[in-house]
Amino acid sequence: MEQFFQQTINGISLGSIYALIALGYTMVYGIIKLINFAHSDVYMLGAYFGYVCMTSFKLGFLPSLLISMVLCTLIGVMIEKIAYKPLRNATRIAVLITAIGVSLFLEYVTMAIAGANVRSYPPQTGILDQSFNIGSINITMQQIIIVSITIILMVLLQFIVKKTRIGKAMRAVSLDSDAAELMGINVNTTISFTFAIGSALAGAAGIMVGIYYNSINPLMGMLPGLKAFVAAVFGGIGIIPGAMIGGYFIGIVEVLVSGYSNSMYRDGVVFAILILVLIIKPAGLLGKNTREKV
Amino acid sequence: MKKLLSIILLLALATTLFAGCGAETAGENEIGIGINYELSGEVASYGQASVEGIELAIEEINAAGGINGKLIKAFKYDNKSDKSQATTLARKLMTQHKVVAVLGPATSGSFKATIPEAIKNKVVVASGSATDDAVTVDQSGVKEYAFRICFTDSYQGTAMANFALNNMSATKAVVLLDNASDYAKGLAANFTTTFESAGGTVVATEAFVAGDTDFNAIITKIKGQDFDVIFLAGYYNEAGLIIKQARNQGIDAPILGPDGFGSPELYDLAGAEALNNIFYTSHFSSLDKDPTVAAFVEKYKAKHGEEPNQFAALGYDLVMFIADGIKRAGSTDTVAIKDALEATTDFAGVTGSFSMDENHNPVKAVVIVGLQDGIATTSERVEQ
Repeated sequence: MEQFFQQTINGISLGSIYALIALGYTMVYGIIKLINFAHSDVYMLGAYFGYVCMTSFKLGFLPSLLISMVLCTLIGVMIEKIAYKPLRNATRIAVLITAIGVSLFLEYVTMAIAGANVRSYPPQTGILDQSFNIGSINITMQQIIIVSITIILMVLLQFIVKKTRIGKAMRAVSLDSDAAELMGINVNTTISFTFAIGSALAGAAGIMVGIYYNSINPLMGMLPGLKAFVAAVFGGIGIIPGAMIGGYFIGIVEVLVSGYSNSMYRDGVVFAILILVLIIKPAGLLGKNTREKV
Repeated sequence: MKKLLSIILLLALATTLFAGCGAETAGENEIGIGINYELSGEVASYGQASVEGIELAIEEINAAGGINGKLIKAFKYDNKSDKSQATTLARKLMTQHKVVAVLGPATSGSFKATIPEAIKNKVVVASGSATDDAVTVDQSGVKEYAFRICFTDSYQGTAMANFALNNMSATKAVVLLDNASDYAKGLAANFTTTFESAGGTVVATEAFVAGDTDFNAIITKIKGQDFDVIFLAGYYNEAGLIIKQARNQGIDAPILGPDGFGSPELYDLAGAEALNNIFYTSHFSSLDKDPTVAAFVEKYKAKHGEEPNQFAALGYDLVMFIADGIKRAGSTDTVAIKDALEATTDFAGVTGSFSMDENHNPVKAVVIVGLQDGIATTSERVEQ
């Protein structure tokens, strides 16, 4: 039983990371029906920005977190302006392929600048280095910080989407962008804002992974990105609470499979879940079946 | 006009092509040795360190009057960590520079790629660090002109099992392995076989894949088991993270590993605090009390200002090994040199003394380095 609790704690910390990345996928999909493959590379860049803050400028965790979120926001908005905006009226497949192109571009530019080697974050000191035991269950301060920052960011996101004007605009554009435009909503600003929020969350996930696992590399976004995408689909793509539930679900499933069965099956099970969801409930856990207008 | 231009270009191309044919060879009183190493590209650090050791050895031999009165003339090339480049260079060294032996490359894949050239031209190729089991011997038998002076991958697994049984009195072990690498799978299989045949039990075997970062699940799983040591078959990238996460979860059992641990990155990834009770096999340790080792470390430090790593030590030994062969052959005939190298017995090098076995592998001791607070504090030799 103790092992089960310990594994669940491991799973929740991993799930937090997936959930943060999944939110970016789901928000962008909700608003422009694009699977933004470059999103997982914004997460990777977040980890690298944090690395530079901590090693070159010797900043602490919180300032590094904020700086890396701000820089990722800028990158996210830039990607949208340069790569996706000119294709606003192009076919969806054209935008999708552009997204893959942007993803590869970010990965290999980072590789050219920072090298392909694995880099390690500086050792954490003070509160970030502590851990405590409840019975024989071990919880590190880093796990608590990851989970609490994730929850704070999610609450903030819910607040923005539900209670602010720009959030209202986002929901309107997501529902029907033409009608929203007719109502006087600036669709382009709203889309940029969506990319900005999603990228900030990915940046936060990146630096937290850097601290937690201590290892970053230019291709680190690939697999977590795919799994976060599975999480988004699982919860119902386009639905924000769905991405959170999906992220935690995938994280916990992954850890339990490694813990109770063979760790080699872990990724297989995750993608099997994706297939099952697509067969049984294509709209995802929280998705409603809507008929697509042709 | 265009025609004229293309003729000029063609001529220019032809001259550069033929220019290669007039390559320099060793003089009357010189012995040509080729150096074919990874001086740039992804494993450049291996090649550079090896060549530093090689050049130190050549300098020393020449300062002492050379081999049988002839000085060594080295022809050095960079294969850019590329297999096909390594083959091309080996051919160039053998057919154009007429060297009597080619040293390198450092990695198994590139070294293997040069072996067909060696057999065709009947010139010895020798590597200091190609540890893959199949380098010098495969199903069709031993590869006549290929030699190495490092122990093989799978032997390390056996050595570690013996170390766990005899030096640590361990009876129960957990094996963690990187399931995506042949290196790790071979190590784990050898460890398990040796450990269990001597009465030990492997209580759990858990696999991961290179590139993973979260090992908490498998660590939590093994935490519930009763064991004395962990054998971790993998490279430093994953090993560093596993050690850190295991120590974080309160597992303080000794962790044993292969030569893949031997990188400063391990220290950065795991952190000094976690690196206690860690033992890994190595080809060389500068802590070794042996007087030849101490003298080598001294000379190397004087030249390069830093302690030699295992690649530098193997490079140094590689030159000494070839020089010893040429001396005993008494000529620069490449077949005679091959026969002399095959007959090497009790060659005393800085990476340990060894004899060549029938598969062109050295029979030598393994050095086991122990880490405390991230610093190598102990070094023991485990005889084969």
